[in-house]
Amino acid sequence: MQAFTILTSRFVPLPIENVDTDQIIPARFLKATTKQGFGKNLFRDWRYENNDETKPKADFVLNKPEYSGEILVAGKNFGCGSSREHAAWSILDYGFRVVVSSFFADIFSNNALNNGVVPITVSDDFLEKIFALDNTATLTVHLDAQELIIDTTGEKEHFDINPYKKTCLLNGYDDIDYLLSIKEEIVEFEKR
Amino acid sequence: MAKTLFDKIWDKHIVKTIENGPSVLYIDKHFIHEVTSPQAFQGIEKRGLKVFRPQQVVATADHNVPTINQHLPIKDELSRLQVNQLIENCARHDIELYGLGHPFQGIVHVIGPELGITQPGMTIVCGDSHTSTHGAFGSIAFGIGTSEVEMVFASQCLLQSRPKLMRFNIEGKLNKGVVSKDIILYIISKISASGATGYFVEYAGSAMRELSMEARMTICNMSIEMGARGGMIAPDEKTFEYIKGRQFAPGNGQWDKKLAEWQELYTDADAVFDVEIDINASGIEPMITYGTNPGLGIPIKGSTPVTESIPDEGERKNIIKALEYMGLEAGKPLLGMPVQHVFIGSCTNSRIEDLREVAALIKGKTKSPLVHVMIVPGSQQVARQVKEEGLDKIFAAAGFEIRQAGCSACLGMNEDKIPAGEYCISTSNRNFEGRQGAGARTLLASPLTAAAAALTGVVTDVREFLS
Ligand code: SF4
Repeated sequence: MQAFTILTSRFVPLPIENVDTDQIIPARFLKATTKQGFGKNLFRDWRYENNDETKPKADFVLNKPEYSGEILVAGKNFGCGSSREHAAWSILDYGFRVVVSSFFADIFSNNALNNGVVPITVSDDFLEKIFALDNTATLTVHLDAQELIIDTTGEKEHFDINPYKKTCLLNGYDDIDYLLSIKEEIVEFEKR
Repeated sequence: MAKTLFDKIWDKHIVKTIENGPSVLYIDKHFIHEVTSPQAFQGIEKRGLKVFRPQQVVATADHNVPTINQHLPIKDELSRLQVNQLIENCARHDIELYGLGHPFQGIVHVIGPELGITQPGMTIVCGDSHTSTHGAFGSIAFGIGTSEVEMVFASQCLLQSRPKLMRFNIEGKLNKGVVSKDIILYIISKISASGATGYFVEYAGSAMRELSMEARMTICNMSIEMGARGGMIAPDEKTFEYIKGRQFAPGNGQWDKKLAEWQELYTDADAVFDVEIDINASGIEPMITYGTNPGLGIPIKGSTPVTESIPDEGERKNIIKALEYMGLEAGKPLLGMPVQHVFIGSCTNSRIEDLREVAALIKGKTKSPLVHVMIVPGSQQVARQVKEEGLDKIFAAAGFEIRQAGCSACLGMNEDKIPAGEYCISTSNRNFEGRQGAGARTLLASPLTAAAAALTGVVTDVREFLS
């Protein structure tokens, strides 16, 4: 897993609530057996007319060249529905390192964190402020300080993150590394 | 100290707790399937590891499999590849696989309980969000992502933070024509598709005790649709009766000891929940969804919301977007609306009891010529029972198409898809945009409501068919 410390980037706004993982990556793309290559099918059915890559829907944000960046900003309850980790992989593979929303579905948050994508929960008000920014504005994510900053105005908001997960992200190591390190304790537990 | 059912199981499975961090939770049973496991196998192999406790893993192929001609090689190349990879991975790691052609094959959440693998007091995970189904037996069961599948492969453990706890107390008698699917659709419509996020849910009350195990599984199955990590119901005589004698149930020598353990699994009288919600079962009517998340449900005789009168802007926009996708008008009833498809299946409602209920309702009748009706049994075992009990003849006479076991049109990964723009009354659990095929429009309902629509070709109140 790639470590994460500070990121300054423009952002892609997706002011839609309840974005479920079937929208993030439709089931028909789950037939792959590796983690790579999902980015090109991210939001597939919102992105293309009749599933046709030569017909991008002009009004969908990923098809608007004026929006770019490594931060996706979405409406509340992002990532609900199916537990498919392919949703997190497609977001990462597309080039996002951070997703900002006012609410995340549980499994999605876990999946994102396990892949080095940082889910940042902000207040509804702060989310509205970000959506109101123009497309040249940048955001800064300061993981150690747990702050999300709107660079143009200097406004910032503190975000919560599990301290253990934060340490993992800052150092780029994952849960498996930890679990393997306590294998003996697990074997002891099994004897109880 | 008074403990909840959840805490009793949770506490018993904690290997250790990281200071200021999550706990290491030991996993008793790990179900896997072809879609969410290949990358996890690759992950551990890259680390040079073997699956740590293969005898605690059970595999089946369900999501991606065809539901006709299962004896032939899978036509779709990618699906075939995925299913073959599961076969190879299981062989390499000594994991028991109930693949295509095996008499135990079926939807992972149907076969676990019916084989007696799912038992009270267990921790159970699977790379699939509807793992919550197994909570109906009084176990902690929840869906995980592929990285977590890899963790369980590597260590038989997961790092988990203790969720908050919510309890629904569902009291009273159900009305005629109302079944467990209606209870859960009703609950989700009340608390919304995200109303239980961060919580683990227990369902209790007299109405729960009345329900069969199959009906309880339907309720726990959809816990995830309100955002909950999982849902559970304390085991009782019905639970023990259901498990007894099944393939992997504790045998005679073990049974009494296990039973004594299981009988301790209930929430103590004065245990505290973070949230408690009382539900009056007699106030519930047959339910149907009109929107694109399972929380957008109404009583069958109700109308879609009048969007102008929704105060919250975000919610209003959502519902307008949902109605637009569904091709429905605001403030209008659904009753009498034509549907083109009826899908009876999925891990929510494809058990033998569901199919018996459907058969009883339609016996001697035929379907409307305007609908295509598909029945997909949840497992080979259910399919065999359907035949043994002669239900297949009833379905065939009614013009219903019976398929072979699998997830099928629940998620549209195989050929069983609903064409764009057409309506499907479905007994599955998700009505998301495109869930049953790009552009498909899903109305979630109980098997009874689905069967009634099959007969009439329109959205129908099943109570019309019940004397
Ligand atoms: S039947 Fe549907 S919800 Fe259930 S496991 Fe299969 S795809 Fe998932």
